[in-house]
Amino acid sequence: MRFGVIVFPGSNCDHDAWYAVNRNLGQQAEFIWHDSPSLGDIDAVILPGGFAYGDYLRCGAIAKFSPVMAAVRKFAADGGLVLGICNGFQILVEAGLLPGALIRNRNLKFICRELRLRTETLDSPFTSAAQPGQILRLPIAHGEGCYVADERTLDELEAEDRVAFRYLDNPNGSMRDIAGILNAGRNVLGLMPHPERATEALMGSSDGLVVFRSMVMAAVALPQ
Amino acid sequence: MSTLAITPDVVAQHQLTESEYQKIVSILGREPNYTELGVFSVMWSEHCSYKSSRLHLKKLPTRGKLVVQGPGENAGVIDVGGGYVIAFKIESHNHPSFIEPFQGAATGVGGILRDIFTMGARPIAVLDSLRFGPLDDPRHGARNRRILQGVVAGIAHYGNCFGVPTVGGECIFEACYNGNPLVNVFALGVAKKEDIFYARAAGIGNPVIYVGAKTGRDGIHGASMASAEFTEESKQKRPNVQVGDPFLEKLLLEACIEAMQTGAIVGIQDMGAAGLTCSTCEMGSRGETGVEIELDLVPQRETGMTPYEIMLSESQERMLLVAQKGREDEVFRVFRKWGLDAVTIGRVTADGLLCVKQHGQIVAEIPNRELADEAPLYNRPYHESPPRPLAPSPAQPVIHPTQALETLLAAPDICSKRYIWEQYDYQVRTNTIAGPGADAAIVRIKENGVSVAMSLDGNSRYCYLSPREGARLAVAECCRNLATVGAQPVAATNCLNFGNPERPEIMGQLVEAIEGMSEACLFFGTPITGGNVSLYNETLGEGIWPTPVIGIVGLIETAAPVTRDFKTAGRPIILLGGIGDCDESHFGGTEYAKVILGEMWGQPPALDMEYEKRVHDAMREIVAAGLAESAHDVGDGGLAVTAAECAMRGVGAALHFESDLPAEMLLFHEGPSRILVSTANADAVAEIAARHGVQSPRVGITMNHGLAIGNRNETLITATLDSLKTIYEGSLENLLRS
Repeated sequence: MRFGVIVFPGSNCDHDAWYAVNRNLGQQAEFIWHDSPSLGDIDAVILPGGFAYGDYLRCGAIAKFSPVMAAVRKFAADGGLVLGICNGFQILVEAGLLPGALIRNRNLKFICRELRLRTETLDSPFTSAAQPGQILRLPIAHGEGCYVADERTLDELEAEDRVAFRYLDNPNGSMRDIAGILNAGRNVLGLMPHPERATEALMGSSDGLVVFRSMVMAAVALPQ
Repeated sequence: MSTLAITPDVVAQHQLTESEYQKIVSILGREPNYTELGVFSVMWSEHCSYKSSRLHLKKLPTRGKLVVQGPGENAGVIDVGGGYVIAFKIESHNHPSFIEPFQGAATGVGGILRDIFTMGARPIAVLDSLRFGPLDDPRHGARNRRILQGVVAGIAHYGNCFGVPTVGGECIFEACYNGNPLVNVFALGVAKKEDIFYARAAGIGNPVIYVGAKTGRDGIHGASMASAEFTEESKQKRPNVQVGDPFLEKLLLEACIEAMQTGAIVGIQDMGAAGLTCSTCEMGSRGETGVEIELDLVPQRETGMTPYEIMLSESQERMLLVAQKGREDEVFRVFRKWGLDAVTIGRVTADGLLCVKQHGQIVAEIPNRELADEAPLYNRPYHESPPRPLAPSPAQPVIHPTQALETLLAAPDICSKRYIWEQYDYQVRTNTIAGPGADAAIVRIKENGVSVAMSLDGNSRYCYLSPREGARLAVAECCRNLATVGAQPVAATNCLNFGNPERPEIMGQLVEAIEGMSEACLFFGTPITGGNVSLYNETLGEGIWPTPVIGIVGLIETAAPVTRDFKTAGRPIILLGGIGDCDESHFGGTEYAKVILGEMWGQPPALDMEYEKRVHDAMREIVAAGLAESAHDVGDGGLAVTAAECAMRGVGAALHFESDLPAEMLLFHEGPSRILVSTANADAVAEIAARHGVQSPRVGITMNHGLAIGNRNETLITATLDSLKTIYEGSLENLLRS
């Protein structure tokens, strides 16, 4: 399976995603520069963590205008798998590919911490390899990860089973403990925790592999 | 402005003495103009020239079989095998962090990161050594809390966005830092051995290229500010503090590394202290060449800047490089890709002069070598530090050992610094094997299967009592931290924070600390490959205690780390190195003396370096044999605090001693050469220890609940783990809320 990892100016978890896929997942990953008009021949795209365009103005607010984002939108519309991690999640929200917004953490500070997530749905190409309700240990590292949306949107996410992960110990004040959500087509996942940082025992956890292994299985099943 | 008259007042304002001015006149063979005076004043400032310390710094060991580059470049370089090297250094940003904590600390991180990637090495770790005034100080508490929060947020802001993990450090509180907080930042990067770059301007006719941020009026005289005491007017120096942009620095990193791959770059240096002045003349001096630049070509963010301002600006995120003539476009292409300014502003010349032009007219012309390397050198008078009182005052409070332990666990020097380090991304780049809170941070190098262990240490209480012993102890502790995780120390960097060297007692502290550090570094085989001296840490005539900070790096094969937490109940606990000895005169520098007794006296703990080294060798062998289930060096607060720290993850211990020491000394003395180890195979550990001639008494067993410590028939400490953890984890935030 071929993963494309988008590199925005200021992305800084791009190498981590690349390494997780190539070395710990045993699949292929390649970098895609932000001004590229197309994604090339890939099966899934990762928007990595970092501070795209310095996160100036607002996290993800400038990145959404990046030339590559038109290609990401089209890829998503065609049913391609899109995984937004941390800053990538913020960009997907700004780009309108996922609902809601990510605002500053409740304590107004950056938080780096390993914590527990509950897998809320197995019915997605990012979670199908998990056990029902599986608790994953993944790290977070963000200053603006508090997920907010209006009540109707939150109800809709829950009614449509689109909350992929919830925090067991909500670190940032996210509404309804939401850590990651799916789009209506279930082929776009955004989450604040870093699954790519938890793909080998040496890093303290390999629970993040669940997300990537689910994607591999889904890609095999997807029409090419 | 270049036509401004040079009067004695103007010279004095530039912190140049009359004799220094005469030296300038003799170098130039004429009076300097205003721009030239400014250029000399920053290059000859204490910060840039080390004029008070250079003579003594020569005593430090700098050579070793793994040293690829010692002092004199932007960072030291060490061979780590498999064709890879690491580049590392520590820098202070003390003065700016007091004036403007957030930006002062942020640009401190930015500056040291540039020093690393200037060498072609990608930064993979940052550690910070921080010193603040007490958070509950009756007069300065509110300001100290604000400074701490600003400094931490500044480090987090810069490091997190840049994408380098902040993996460890230390944070200590003393009243002597009320008006002079210390912010020392260590950074380490990795590169292929053949990809290391040096800051040399070579090849006559080669273009000199300016890259990165535009030049503004910020930071002018930053280096001189860092070379003077603080006065009531210092707050007016806030405009001297630069403003950092970590996003721009991230782009600069990627662009520089990519540009280096083209093969078109000859030499490169960042513009840090003293900005364009320092980078031009130092590159010229190292390359034994001249450098000619035209200021009209320098990208500027403001209009109407004078040559003086452009040359002295300390705007951040700028680099100067020399490229091969005719290959400029390859370099420009890379910087264009990353959206950065890159322009040719001059060329390398044969005449050895720094020639600065504006509008085609020469505005400064100075010989590079004399400017960069012939700064005044002072052998300042000094005298030995006086001995301190040998005993405490007779009336000492009586306190139950359990209560003493709880008080110490809440003490700001000892309590958990989670509040601080959770604000740092300590994992980015997925190399962090042991992060903040560990005895030594461990970061793997993905390319060669080797990991780098790092620790920063300094103890100003010990150094106040004896600068020489305190410096030796800091080196020993740093090496012990590395040994505790199984790593072999290979090289060091130092940051020497002291008061005004023009005062003989301060100069004496500096000399003694350097000599102590030198002796210990030579003994432990850790050459110093670079570092930083920060003097004039004084406010209103009140100096800091001598605070030499040492950063040591060690190597270990990449593997799951040995951590400090007890893992399994029922394991034997061994005190590698033994209980140690103490008497009243060696107890006065401890945290117990500070926190419980509120006093300081006597001598720091006694160090036997031969024995210390044997403990390290034994510990490394124990780790390599896979025998250590947990290991934690006995440090500040002594044995009881160490045992409690090992129990914070939910497995406690029952410890029992047969000692003649008074209870408070047995529990809380800080004698070196000791490591608390839990193991499934006590006999094998004892065998290794015996072979190294090291004591290894079995002092107890890990338990599911609680911590208990007794001596002979007496129970000294009993506590539940929950209560200890609550105190330890909550203390810093409580103090910050006060």
